[in-house]
Amino acid sequence: MLLIRCPYCEEERPELEFRGAGEAHIARPANIAEIPDEEFEAFFFLRDNPRGITFERWRHIHGCGRFFNAARDTVSDKFLTTYKAGEPKPDLGAIRGDKA
Amino acid sequence: MAETAIVKADRREPMAGAAMANAAVTIKATAPMSRLSLRAGTDALPALSAALGLDLPQRPKQTAGHGDRAALWLGPDEWLVLDLSGADLMAAVSGADGVFSAVDVSHRNTGFTVTGQGAADTLACACPQDLRLAAFPAGAASRTVFGKAEVVLWRQSETQWHLECWRSFAPYVFGLLKEGAEDAVLT
Repeated sequence: MLLIRCPYCEEERPELEFRGAGEAHIARPANIAEIPDEEFEAFFFLRDNPRGITFERWRHIHGCGRFFNAARDTVSDKFLTTYKAGEPKPDLGAIRGDKA
Repeated sequence: MAETAIVKADRREPMAGAAMANAAVTIKATAPMSRLSLRAGTDALPALSAALGLDLPQRPKQTAGHGDRAALWLGPDEWLVLDLSGADLMAAVSGADGVFSAVDVSHRNTGFTVTGQGAADTLACACPQDLRLAAFPAGAASRTVFGKAEVVLWRQSETQWHLECWRSFAPYVFGLLKEGAEDAVLT
């Protein structure tokens, strides 16, 4: 079974306790009533579906109930890291051990 | 004028009397108790802890208890408070200072006590969490899944667990527990 580390429970938990919640780091425009339809479409409907590393929201719905963010590789299904909601995107080079 | 008789409604436990035992494990439906779903920020914690007479735990999977009462950490701002004596928990917290949410879930949940050397093996039949002593020590508690039902597990001692589930899931959970007990006796 896939184990996912919950940054709030601070341990790895089975995937059955979690639910995916779409792409992460999508900022809601402050002036949402004024932006043109194309910009609203991009914010509301258009999502990336990359092959490789993607940033996603997950929810520990059958555990602590919290939303958090994760960096996951869509090819290997490996979770590179998870971090609390509101925290900036982590430096993936450091996580993978790339040399600067 | 016709006389109207006032009938006092009896509280019916969904799994009253449900029990099974074998060489490895004993499973029993627990007696009615009072339960509180409590949500609060850190600023309200001292007042709530004082009102409940225990220190609300603030670390993952921790529990705190005092006498018949226990508080189980479910999330960073969420606790399940249990009182075996049936004390009125809503009355206990109603005067506390601060912003918090308290919901009486005494009748929403029902519980099972799972005791014996095979207790962890019995629960592991349908719970995907690591229930070994190193990962889930005595005194720890966690919300998790049991088969397809959401449950709260509380390890009261090395060989005694308390399982809380919603009352409508109770027959399903008890059925799975019986299956698990039959497997646990083989190991």
